[in-house]
Amino acid sequence: MSTLLEVDGVTVTFDGFRAINSLSIQFAPAELRAIIGPNGAGKTTFMDIVTGKTKPDEGHVIWGDRNISLLGMSESQIAREGIGRKFQKPTVFEAQTVRQNLAMALKNPRGPFAVLMHKKTPKNAERIEAIATEIGLIDQLARVAGELSHGQKQWLEIGMLLAQDPKLLLVDEPAAGMTVEEREKTTDILRRAAETRAVVVVEHDMEFVRRLGCKVTVLHEGSVLAEGSLDHVTSNQTVIDVYLGRSHA
Amino acid sequence: MRQSFISQNPSVLWFLAALGLFTVVVTLMSEATGVGLISTSFVKTLGKTLCLCLIAIAMDVVWGYCGILSLGHFAFFGIGGYAIGMWLMYARTEAIVVPNLMAQTIPPTPQEISDAIGNQIFGVVGSAEFPMIWAFADSLFLQLLMVVLVPGLLALVFGWLAFRSRVTGVYLSILTQAMTLALSLYLFQNDSGLRGNNGLSGLQNIPGYEETSQAMISIVFLWGSALALALAYVFFAWVVSGKMGSVVKGIRDNEARVRFLGYHVESYKLFIFTITAIVSGIAGALYYPQAGIINPGELTPIASIYLAVWVAIGGRGRLYGAAIGAAFVSLLSSWFTGGGAPNINLGFYTIQWTDWWLVLLGVSFVAVTLFFPKGIGGLFDYLVRKPS
Repeated sequence: MSTLLEVDGVTVTFDGFRAINSLSIQFAPAELRAIIGPNGAGKTTFMDIVTGKTKPDEGHVIWGDRNISLLGMSESQIAREGIGRKFQKPTVFEAQTVRQNLAMALKNPRGPFAVLMHKKTPKNAERIEAIATEIGLIDQLARVAGELSHGQKQWLEIGMLLAQDPKLLLVDEPAAGMTVEEREKTTDILRRAAETRAVVVVEHDMEFVRRLGCKVTVLHEGSVLAEGSLDHVTSNQTVIDVYLGRSHA
Repeated sequence: MRQSFISQNPSVLWFLAALGLFTVVVTLMSEATGVGLISTSFVKTLGKTLCLCLIAIAMDVVWGYCGILSLGHFAFFGIGGYAIGMWLMYARTEAIVVPNLMAQTIPPTPQEISDAIGNQIFGVVGSAEFPMIWAFADSLFLQLLMVVLVPGLLALVFGWLAFRSRVTGVYLSILTQAMTLALSLYLFQNDSGLRGNNGLSGLQNIPGYEETSQAMISIVFLWGSALALALAYVFFAWVVSGKMGSVVKGIRDNEARVRFLGYHVESYKLFIFTITAIVSGIAGALYYPQAGIINPGELTPIASIYLAVWVAIGGRGRLYGAAIGAAFVSLLSSWFTGGGAPNINLGFYTIQWTDWWLVLLGVSFVAVTLFFPKGIGGLFDYLVRKPS
């Protein structure tokens, strides 16, 4: 199995606190993966490192077929390399329409002059409509994103990720605050996306992870505690002690 | 594409029509046409107001659309004024000095001519030497180039340093204000090469048009200012529409998100900061020949703060709002401070507007920010019901 992203021996310290402790983790080009772990396990810091927001003290982050290092690249460069990120809180551009949000995310040249001279093309419009259909917002294209419901905003942000056409999607708690039906729909969207690319979901909600039905990595105190199917990891005694035990307490 | 741009931005046509109508009406009623309902000095005030509208729309693009509260754009305005003022002063002094020297029996050497001009210009600060920065003052073309290049390069270098260090928000405002203050303090010095606190004067006299009446010159500048405003309005409206506008507004609302979409945010900020600085320089170059004088007091940080106040009162994030705000507040300001508004006698105290205008302006600013965040421009939303 080839590797899309390899995080190797990464350590990050914040004021003496080791948020990530020689973390090593790999992702394949087309897979769905859930990352779970208690608060402070380093899930968000892991995403910050991969997307270039946080620089690690040690270790390597190797990306793609060309085996290039993501360390030292800016956030926008990493995004252009094909890593998309969805934040925990839905962050869409609320003052703009759904169509404008998607158009901004759509994979196209990112330089200021290319953008200034950008013209709307039927091809781009088709792509926007295809994505809007996928995320169930085809009827909402002209609406201002700020008017959407919480769930719709989450989907719009996932749609913006898909529009970027990334090779790797990092999705932080996509189901937070969603109703049961909304969760089901979100699961479907993520599963379909994972057919052609790597999708990494950080999630607290075990029920949602179960529904994703994918390989699970458990983080604890900044390193990998266990990896495998959900049933496999939840039967692991250490996992039960540090995570499940605590949450059921 | 052109058609779709106009049809998507109907306010552009309305603005251009109103501006054109205004310019024609003022011209017809001016002293230049002999009607004389509007005095030449008021035509100049109106022309200057158009220049203030021009810098206000630039400020709106950088602040209202891109979210960078620059307190330095009036410095760029002043630099544009100084750049054109240098040529105006040099050429005019030359036109007076050279015929005098030629009248002497021994023809003057080029050095003598240069010394005589230098003596005339720099006598007030006890100098006669031309400083380095006046090297191109004899060329209108090169000084016009300076109007664009100096603010543009300063904005480019300053912006590059500030944006790449990810200085944002109030820290960036303070930094731009520091730049403005430093520039103004520098210009106040007698050895700055720009006549210290005397500044440059006599700018209303256009070299080569000594015979033309000020009434006529004021109309020419009114049209020049209106044309610049119209062109900049269309240009900026085009920049902030479409995808560029999306990205720029995205940077205003959530810079980090735009970065994770793969856009190099710093380049966009630098682009917006620089083009608006250039437009501010052009506005200054049109303003000061109408004002007649420029001195370092014009560049003090308070001027840039006023600019932000105009844009806030007029309505951020819409170009016509900024233009209306600048025109409305600056004209009202000159009415109040120029003794146009009658003092109010309360019996125990007399409110003199020359003193109290700033208080009124401050209170209005706070009131607008708190209660009408959309400003005067927001009133148009009640007139035009947008299809949702």
